[in-house]
Amino acid sequence: MDIAYLKEKCNQIRIDTLKEIHVAGSGHPGGSLSMTEIIVSLYYYKMKITPKNPLDPLRDRFVLSKGHAAPIYYAVLADKGFFDKELLWTLRKLHSPLQGHPDKKKLPGVDASTGSLGQGVSIATGMALAAKMQGNGVNVYAVLGDGELQEGLVWEAAMAAGHYKLDNLTVIVDNNGLQIDGSCDQVMSLLDIGKKYESFGFTVYDVKDGNDLEQVIEALDAPSYGKPKCIVAHTVKGKGVSFMENSVGWHGKGLNDEELNKALAELGGK
Amino acid sequence: MADLIATREAYGQAIAKLGEVNEKIVVMDADLSHATMTCYFADKFPDRFFNAGIAEANMTCMSVGFADAGFIPFVSTFAIFGTGRAYEMVRNSICYPHMNVKLAMTHAGISLGGDGGSHETIEDIALMRVLPGMTVLVPCDANETYKAVEAAAKIDGPVYIRLARMATKVFDDMPFEVGKANVLKDGKDAVIFACGTMVECAFEAAKKLAEDGLDVAIVNIHTIKPIDKDTIKTYAAKCKNVITLEEHSVIGGLGDAVAEVLLEEGGYRIKKLGVQDEFGQSGTPEELLKEYRLDPESVYQDIIKPELFMRVKNHRFTHGIITTVHFRG
Repeated sequence: MDIAYLKEKCNQIRIDTLKEIHVAGSGHPGGSLSMTEIIVSLYYYKMKITPKNPLDPLRDRFVLSKGHAAPIYYAVLADKGFFDKELLWTLRKLHSPLQGHPDKKKLPGVDASTGSLGQGVSIATGMALAAKMQGNGVNVYAVLGDGELQEGLVWEAAMAAGHYKLDNLTVIVDNNGLQIDGSCDQVMSLLDIGKKYESFGFTVYDVKDGNDLEQVIEALDAPSYGKPKCIVAHTVKGKGVSFMENSVGWHGKGLNDEELNKALAELGGK
Repeated sequence: MADLIATREAYGQAIAKLGEVNEKIVVMDADLSHATMTCYFADKFPDRFFNAGIAEANMTCMSVGFADAGFIPFVSTFAIFGTGRAYEMVRNSICYPHMNVKLAMTHAGISLGGDGGSHETIEDIALMRVLPGMTVLVPCDANETYKAVEAAAKIDGPVYIRLARMATKVFDDMPFEVGKANVLKDGKDAVIFACGTMVECAFEAAKKLAEDGLDVAIVNIHTIKPIDKDTIKTYAAKCKNVITLEEHSVIGGLGDAVAEVLLEEGGYRIKKLGVQDEFGQSGTPEELLKEYRLDPESVYQDIIKPELFMRVKNHRFTHGIITTVHFRG
């Protein structure tokens, strides 16, 4: 594992993500940036992916349950060669395969259409159960927002994953603490996320800094002891751009020219 | 009359049998397998049966995972929950990405009986047929259910199969082709387009109408979507007087599906018989069908009501509405 290389990747992916949202004029920068280290650890280190054969049945599956973070997902898929990088600049445009939320019918590399919160992790649970049944060694990874955990369906899925002992399923919570209307604690307290998942039969890893590649990777590599795994990654919303960090206002908002330039200057991009 | 068999029972038997020849079939249920009759499949293929517990939304999305892996999941629970509670999951996780999932839902309509209005869905056809890419099948008897299940497994995409709790007549074997309506009885004075449990009722009502000298055609619309426009247009043109009959709300169901087709032609008045924009309640199936005027006698009466459906002495029709009444005797 080359941490320096992965760090550089994170930076590049952040830059592409912000450029996408800038061109689109709308999108979700805050929750994209907070999960940068998570998605880069998965796509550049952990997962078995097959960009040349996006429907390879033996590939690992990734489900972006927090589908609004589509811009960073697309930046990674393009960089991995699932489609032409030029498509990134069509995000949210009419007829673009880069929909505001991921659409598997339109874009190669997208394993599940998501966007309506809670449904992605439930689909991922079904994928993991199907893979167990087939005994094909496929692993399934789902990334959820912390606000998303307010959806009851998330806990229906957790119950099923625990019941079926899906040790090929990893649920990663991008715990940046903020949602549209304010902090999660203000809107609807989540209390101890790890304890909740533990009680549903998961092996839980608490990652103190979810924007630290080494900590994320350590949790991804940690054993799951015959159970589904949950990684609670404490992240910073808008991570990497000073004026976006920990700001509710940057949940779902486009960047103007000036804001983009300022952000790129901080990230050392152009 | 042959023995009565509920379409849910026929479904349970059909899917268990189909499981023998098609190893891709998996079945999911939400703690109702002894009511939806997926228990037959579960007994036979325990490794391919998954109980989601009382969690219909999760069952719906999990089935997408099976479809993604190349399986053909049949998902069953009561229609009220499968199409209602989990509606947005059906829309966004199954239909939006056009996943190969079959929703075989039982206890549809008001005839389920004692459970009452909370459990009696009269909206499911409307909810399912509005979804792009969804095929909607409403088999009328055990034989048709078997064929609908077989056909659904062959379709690459989402299918909704509407099934009933109460035991109903088994008709002689009929051909079944998705999207092709079955003309069960020819006629010239009126046509009843019916589906599901109401096909038998249409026959009984037609017998009474025949005693009044009315020759009524009966068309079984087992596929609500894609609907058989040609047969509907042909029989409407031939019979002029159009009646639709369904154990569903008259809003958004078979009646409106037929009306949409005939709007393309114009000039028809359509009598929609079904549940008239109200909820169901507890009772025996027989009582409920009578209460909501879906028994043969009520259907007969509603068809011949002079203000709605009238017969001309000289059999001359104007624009589909018979203008003067002539009752025998």
